Amino acid sequence: MHYMQQQLDNGLTVQADLNPNAQSMAIGFFVRTGARDEPTEIGGVSHFLEHMVFKGTATRSPEDVNRQLDEMGSHSNARTGEDSTIYHSAVLPDFQTPIVELLADIMQPSLRDEDFEMEKQVIIEEIMMYDDQPPYGGYERIMSEFFGEHPLAQSVLGTVETVGNMTAEQMRQYYKERYSPDNICVAIAGKVDYDRLIRDLERTCGHWEPHRCIRQPRPAHTRKGFVVIDKAQSTQEYILQLTQGPSGNDQDRYAARLLTAILGDDCGSRMFWEFLDTGLADGAGMGTYEYDDAGVIMTYLSCQPDQAEENLERLQILQERILSQPVTARELELAKSKIASQIILASERTNSRMFSVGTQWLRNHTFKTPAEIAAIYDSITLEQIRAVAAKYDLTKNMTVVVGPKQDWSVT
Amino acid sequence: MQTAIRTKSLDNGMTLIAEEMPWLQSVSFSFSLLNGCCYDPDAREGMASFVSEMVQRGCGDFDSRAYIEQLDSLGVDYSSSVTVYHTHFNGSLPAARLSDTMQVYSDLLRRPRLPANQVEDARLVCMQEVRAIEDDLAQRVMLKLRERQYGNPLGRAIHGNEASISAINYDEIVAHYESMYQPYGAILGVAGNFEWERLCQEFESLFADWQPNPRSVIASTERTVGTCHIHHESQQTHIGLAFPSVTYSSPDYFLARGAVGVLSDGMSSRLFSEIREKRGLCYSVYASLHSLKDQGSVFSYVGTGVERAQQSLDVLYEQLTKLTDGITEPELDRLRIQIRSSLVMQQESSRSRVASISGDYFHLGYARSLNDINQKIQNLSVEDINEYLQKHPPQDFNLVTLGPTPLELPYALHAATTG
Repeated sequence: MHYMQQQLDNGLTVQADLNPNAQSMAIGFFVRTGARDEPTEIGGVSHFLEHMVFKGTATRSPEDVNRQLDEMGSHSNARTGEDSTIYHSAVLPDFQTPIVELLADIMQPSLRDEDFEMEKQVIIEEIMMYDDQPPYGGYERIMSEFFGEHPLAQSVLGTVETVGNMTAEQMRQYYKERYSPDNICVAIAGKVDYDRLIRDLERTCGHWEPHRCIRQPRPAHTRKGFVVIDKAQSTQEYILQLTQGPSGNDQDRYAARLLTAILGDDCGSRMFWEFLDTGLADGAGMGTYEYDDAGVIMTYLSCQPDQAEENLERLQILQERILSQPVTARELELAKSKIASQIILASERTNSRMFSVGTQWLRNHTFKTPAEIAAIYDSITLEQIRAVAAKYDLTKNMTVVVGPKQDWSVT
Repeated sequence: MQTAIRTKSLDNGMTLIAEEMPWLQSVSFSFSLLNGCCYDPDAREGMASFVSEMVQRGCGDFDSRAYIEQLDSLGVDYSSSVTVYHTHFNGSLPAARLSDTMQVYSDLLRRPRLPANQVEDARLVCMQEVRAIEDDLAQRVMLKLRERQYGNPLGRAIHGNEASISAINYDEIVAHYESMYQPYGAILGVAGNFEWERLCQEFESLFADWQPNPRSVIASTERTVGTCHIHHESQQTHIGLAFPSVTYSSPDYFLARGAVGVLSDGMSSRLFSEIREKRGLCYSVYASLHSLKDQGSVFSYVGTGVERAQQSLDVLYEQLTKLTDGITEPELDRLRIQIRSSLVMQQESSRSRVASISGDYFHLGYARSLNDINQKIQNLSVEDINEYLQKHPPQDFNLVTLGPTPLELPYALHAATTG
């Protein structure tokens, strides 16, 4: 296996994790744009645009795009987040050139008015679908409350209003500003003819005009608080909490991920023993989310409404205890063992390796192999875990509760 | 796609089925015990889930904490689930630790502590699961649809209900464990990087002296056909529509699979194109072929905003019934390459292979290799599928909707207006 990296003259980055023994290949176009880069009046445009990218080009109708992806037997999809939009396909190596040609083409979408209006209805259905699902908009609300004026406060899906009022022209403008080749990386993994890949990319993407596309990092002035959202139809109560965590470029992130695994992994963690083993909650956990200029630690818990207040108190005690009952050597050893095993399992999937390559580019990291990443986790000491636990105080958080319970005594 | 799939059966009725994938660093396993929710006593629905929760609270030398610590230190990514016929205990891990992991699982299956002082905690866990499903509207629709399609006990809710979970007592748990955790019909599937000879020896030494308590696979009962509505003040109406199909062991299985593939596999499939792409009616739509031992069904789902929900149902129904007009050569060509591609990619995952071979063994008594499956798919012809569809047209529909207002099947509407 070996790693290759280069840049076309127009700034498009290519990063590859080549494995001649793989049976498949995966390719992703990673665009450094997402909800945080949107003007507020067109909230949700990144995600809507992600759908529109599959709606045809100068030479392909929407049906052509879908049909040709299937004719290659591709497993294709796309996803949009706060700070990235990713288009990805996994195919058999026979289809290397056709999949590169197709993805390169759809990255220059026509964004036709009639397709825009039709897809708008699908997006509104998607927004309604998530409105019916736990935690019923709680995630969007807590990001907005926590980040306040910072652009990470913006919702990925947008709202029925922002999407409903959006025009195709506004989307075309956004596309023009954000989809510059110097803002895009082609991530590749698996069995790939690398020289041919570069020739194909030169031919299909080499003419894309760059215009310097930058994102200004912004310091996050995050907020604390307690917000109650009434959802009478819900059976369970959903509790979300955000606190600051390391950003995607902070060396503390490995220790923070181990700490959250120790506290909030879905099995064997402190939260597991407190809430799940006892049946006090149907879901409970903790995880880190990292961005360019900020990071968060998210805690979630879902339970019967009449147990929610007591559970919230238990959660606070558990968070306070991180300092009085520090993580033990045994807890750290078990968390490392779990993560090492997850890294091995993920490294066997070509698709996961492609995501690893692309995500490292998004964060401007120097490429690391799965073994190198595993070695970093293995090197983390109890001292580093304690330092991270002290630095990111989980009790100083923004809390959002969603469900039928209204009579909260905490505020 | 050349791999060896081997089996070894013990006199007590337990079988090991394993596929070597020596290019992987991992190995995955799956224990399938013939004690799924269809064997739950009446008024004690959810018993299999409750017992499965209890057996994972300590076994052999390990109390409940030591048991989980042991799995974590072995790096096992583990899970358990109850299905219609089985309780499954699954895991994936670095290959070198398979032997130690098998030891833990033999303790779990054969020597669980069933700690009486944890029954109430386990009961709460089961209750929480029942409650959590209430908030998953799409799942609720599909569970109700299954219940009507397969009847009792094969279509019953796996997790039981609040009344049945409340009624279960400790003695019943112990009795259920003693009669239902037994080797007859049990399958241990293993896929990934392992040594066959060694695995066989360990399998024998861990399970050969386990005493069987033979039981048969429960047969299907009468299904309920027609329309059912669950009232809920939701944004979308969730629609589930099912019709009978063939079983996994049927000689016609791949013909039925081909027809459902044309409906639902990929972005150019009929349901995705007609309901989402051309009409913008939904975000999520699918159809899938599901098989019990003695009957199969096609289950389809679409979720649409309340005002356009009837239109979505009409188009869904139209697309299902239109299958009898036949599928086309390009549709089948796309399906062939999609399935070949999926099969090749399965070779990167010990987890997905172990699920396939274990499921195959239960339904067929052997496992189809990736090559066999690929050959069957490549050999499908449009004529054969169309002939199958003529003989087995989608009909006898079961409809379940959840939302603020009920919907009707188009033929029912038609019948109503024409008197």
